[in-house]
Amino acid sequence: MPRLEVLKTYKIYIGGQFPRTESGRFYIVKNKKGVNLANVCLSSRKDFRDAVVAARGAFGGWAAKAAFNRGQILYRIAEMLEGRKAQFIDELIKQDSSAADAENEVNLCIERLIYYAGWCDKFQQLFGSINPVASSHFNFSVPEATGVVAAIAPQNTGLLGLVSVVAPIIAGGNSTVVLASESKPLCAVTFAEVLNSSDVPGGVVNILTGKPSELVKYFADHMDVNATVYCEKDGETQKLIKEKASLNVKRVVLYDKINWQSDEGQSPYFIMDTQEIKTTWHPIENIGGAKAGY
Amino acid sequence: MTAEKTVSAIPDFRFTPSVDQVGVEERASRFTKRSIKTASKVSGLKLALNMIDLTTLEGKDTEGKVKQLCYKAQHLHDAYPGLPTVAAICVYPSMVSVAKKALGDSGVKVASVATAFPSGQAPRDVKIRDTKFAVNNGADEVDMVISRGRFLQGDYNFVFDEIAAIKEACGDARLKVILETGELGTYDKVRKASDIAMYAGADFIKTSTGKISPAATIPVTLVMLEAIRDFYYKTGKMIAMKPAGGISKSKLALHYLVMLKETLGDAWMNNHWFRFGASSLANDLLMQLMKDKTGVYQSGNYFSLD
Repeated sequence: MPRLEVLKTYKIYIGGQFPRTESGRFYIVKNKKGVNLANVCLSSRKDFRDAVVAARGAFGGWAAKAAFNRGQILYRIAEMLEGRKAQFIDELIKQDSSAADAENEVNLCIERLIYYAGWCDKFQQLFGSINPVASSHFNFSVPEATGVVAAIAPQNTGLLGLVSVVAPIIAGGNSTVVLASESKPLCAVTFAEVLNSSDVPGGVVNILTGKPSELVKYFADHMDVNATVYCEKDGETQKLIKEKASLNVKRVVLYDKINWQSDEGQSPYFIMDTQEIKTTWHPIENIGGAKAGY
Repeated sequence: MTAEKTVSAIPDFRFTPSVDQVGVEERASRFTKRSIKTASKVSGLKLALNMIDLTTLEGKDTEGKVKQLCYKAQHLHDAYPGLPTVAAICVYPSMVSVAKKALGDSGVKVASVATAFPSGQAPRDVKIRDTKFAVNNGADEVDMVISRGRFLQGDYNFVFDEIAAIKEACGDARLKVILETGELGTYDKVRKASDIAMYAGADFIKTSTGKISPAATIPVTLVMLEAIRDFYYKTGKMIAMKPAGGISKSKLALHYLVMLKETLGDAWMNNHWFRFGASSLANDLLMQLMKDKTGVYQSGNYFSLD
């Protein structure tokens, strides 16, 4: 007897839950052959607002975790992704990848997560500094997470772009709301399931599906967002983001020239893009007329 | 409203009407379905702001904290000109004089909890002295708790007499009677306690201390509003309502206003007859108002602490 396939409902991921969009809207994802792949949530600005509330709530706890522990959790994401490789490859092939490209993309994602897992407790040492000052102070600067980062994932890949953008954001202790590729959103939702089973606290990563053209304004002007990441070359949109971001002096991070397939798609500098440097002046005693070294 | 009506006889509380739990909850859920947009939303938000009893009731309250709250009551968000103030500041009796001085002639009232708040487990003379202390220090309103233990034992006369005695001790101050509905258990008991409080002389009936969960809910508030309506029809006397605890979001506050409007009508739609006991609600209302004014979603970082 022929079996009726049980199809997955592709929902969004907010605060560790998988709700449908509050707007009740959806769009149909097709591949190049015109085959309908899924009905996917067409997220609204209110979904984004809810996701920012979840991200803000999760930020304190995530940033306060030991950096080493964040590394363990990123490694755990890679482990979970490894276990579900076949599903991701299958989805990428449905969305027009060749079998070889699909496997290569998923492998690269796993490696990238391991890469950033390693950086979690090391980038601070590389980018922090002890500063020479002319008074009796111990003066040091360290990078700290900037807060809630709203990111629009690279639109031309289904999984690699999303992972490459999200991993450095959370490795540095930020929480994030990320909008998946509009044309290839399936893997993003499945990746949310991986996150959900990887000890990543709910709200640290929130994943929406929908149209960047509709949501980019809110990603840039929400006052409770501390940085906005955008990856396309579209100059008009970049200008809009920069203008709106000035409202609360958000960091604007543009990754419009990066080839995510290559080695230039991973770097500790990507972690630093959503960090702020905090400097502390710690008074020390000037003993016996000795000059302060630092 | 005739003179005979206002001195109507005290009813037999054994025959307090019983409450249809399913019906109340069904009705309550409908208040949350109204679509309130743009201009009516803004006026609703401002009205809610003006109905707040900005509250701090912690063991760790200090004079500084109370002064800070009093300042906030008068300057909710100076970046938004023309905002109303909150209705009152609600504090412990020991902080009444501090609050009174800090508020000056701003028109913001000082409410004080009294009668061994929040448990109410103290002898009556202690409760009366507690009340008089608050009133003598300048409290405009007194929030008393009923003796829930006695009420649940069925000792309704005790509860009635106690409320009447505190009312007498209040003098000119308005008396809010906290039923602590979270400890009463059923809507029938809430209804009975409401009736007892109103006939004993309450000016307000109030759901909760905020120390017990569940605190105010829409259905329990509806039961109390309906008790107020029935009391008004019987006696011609208006009683005010104050849900307290657990109302921290603007949307929920608007649901309460819808319920108030549809249950008691326009006469109750002001801060003389309705209050929200809350602290974090104020900032959420301010953020919604600023969202409406500026068109962008707001961050708590840009609003004063509560």
